[in-house]
Amino acid sequence: MKAILKVISYLGLALSLIPGLLVFAGTIELETSKNLLIAGMLLWFLTAIFWIERTSLEDEES
Amino acid sequence: MSEPDHPTLVERLDALYEYDREPVAKSKLHGGKTFIAMFASEHTAGTEFVLGPLLVLHGVSAFDAVVGLFIGNILAVLSWALICAPIGVRERLTVYWQIRKMAGPYLTILYSAAFVLIFCLLAGAMVSVSTTAITHPLGIESPNYAAGDTLPSLSWAIVAVLIGIVVALLAVLGFDKIAHFSKVCAPWMPIIFFVGGISCLPMLGVTSLGDFWQAANEKIWTGIPAEGQSKYGFWSCVGLAWLCNASQHLGMGDVTIFRYAKKWQYGFASAFGMFIGHYMAWIASGIMCAAYIATQTAAGAEVNVTPGNIAWLGAGWAGLVCVVLAGWTTANPTLYRAGLAFQTATPNWSRWRVTLIAGGIMIVTACMPWVNANLDRIVATYGLFFMPLGALVFIDYWVFPRMGLRSNFAEHRKLLLSWPAAVGWLGSYAIGFLLYAKDNYAPFAGINDMLPELLARYKADSFMQVLPAWFLAVGLYIVCSLIQQKHTAK
Repeated sequence: MKAILKVISYLGLALSLIPGLLVFAGTIELETSKNLLIAGMLLWFLTAIFWIERTSLEDEES
Repeated sequence: MSEPDHPTLVERLDALYEYDREPVAKSKLHGGKTFIAMFASEHTAGTEFVLGPLLVLHGVSAFDAVVGLFIGNILAVLSWALICAPIGVRERLTVYWQIRKMAGPYLTILYSAAFVLIFCLLAGAMVSVSTTAITHPLGIESPNYAAGDTLPSLSWAIVAVLIGIVVALLAVLGFDKIAHFSKVCAPWMPIIFFVGGISCLPMLGVTSLGDFWQAANEKIWTGIPAEGQSKYGFWSCVGLAWLCNASQHLGMGDVTIFRYAKKWQYGFASAFGMFIGHYMAWIASGIMCAAYIATQTAAGAEVNVTPGNIAWLGAGWAGLVCVVLAGWTTANPTLYRAGLAFQTATPNWSRWRVTLIAGGIMIVTACMPWVNANLDRIVATYGLFFMPLGALVFIDYWVFPRMGLRSNFAEHRKLLLSWPAAVGWLGSYAIGFLLYAKDNYAPFAGINDMLPELLARYKADSFMQVLPAWFLAVGLYIVCSLIQQKHTAK
């Protein structure tokens, strides 16, 4: 399950990064990119919150 | 016998930090990945949306920005790695105890009290950044300091107060959860900065990498300051990048973090924070700022450079969320630390009460447009104020034994205050400040008439002023310590 969540999270990051490059390359419009960024953001936050561990400097390293 | 019912301020301060009085145990040390993640997330904050545009508005050239920021960030990394981390790893104590051993408890209290104020100010700047993003879709105009707005509108202030209340409540109730959420935000936020910047390049006529340098010179960092702004140059860029975190590296604030490092070389992990947050993000937000000004000017619309406006242009809703989160996730730990420091001076007050009061100061600050419009100078001033104590710790630790002087003399003699440290710290700050103020603040202009010609002609840079102040602090401290320890030995 965690592996699947991670894959979706990374897809979300990719979906956040690639549209900007495509706008720069003139392949897509800026407005399209902004919509894709929303999708990437949702994919990232709705999945990463479940697998990124909550450790701090005060916690012992396992 | 000293009574537990009415402990002194020093005893209360010691009690608050008692848990980290002992050096960190080996079993609690962390590897390099922890420090890479921590630096990368902590230094991509809401204020990056302010500092990048400020460099554009202050008229730096493309060379100043690209090369100056690069060199400044290299120097910042070296300061963390070669000055701060080695002492953190060898001593494994917090900055509180490190300063207390060298300077005595009274100066440590002063250090903590000053930190409360600056933390509230910085948290307020973060709330202000977040507010510009939330008010954008609500159609509430953010205050335009460049156009003469000294106060926000009532509706903007209400939103800022609401955000401030949420930040303050979360700092009291759910700090751990916010810290976790900050980790989740960390990989995503730099991507939004990058995407926002690169998406704005076509608006400036850049459609291939080959076009970039010309547009950078002619349309982004033009070398001409905006109306009413002073001119910044190459050394301003070097100084801002190097010294905006002076209190943490040269000032030794981050020994508190590096006491958990297995090796001092982890100080180089700061490169991830500097080159993502203070290089890429500043350059990207500078590009967004220039594109925003160009599009608004072309449309004949009002130009009001705010984090919300520029992020909306480059990244839309994701950009606004990024601004809110970048401000919010850094305002929370900042306010939490302010509450912790504030608690030392308020004996029987609970944590929630002091944090809410600190939150009140934060909210007032958030409603002052002046703060973000001058954030670079505020950062430079507080760096100048806190840095000297770190310089004294450095010299006390490495140089004093080689000079035959006793390190941590205040601890050795159980002194409440080390007067050489007081002279070195406050003396260097006062001189550094006055040398800057004489040419930049009207009430201090008369100082030039009293100075020898060499000093009267000296024009201090608000950022680079930290450098002579470092040597001044060290010089004063060594001379005074020689007098103190020689006198005491007799």
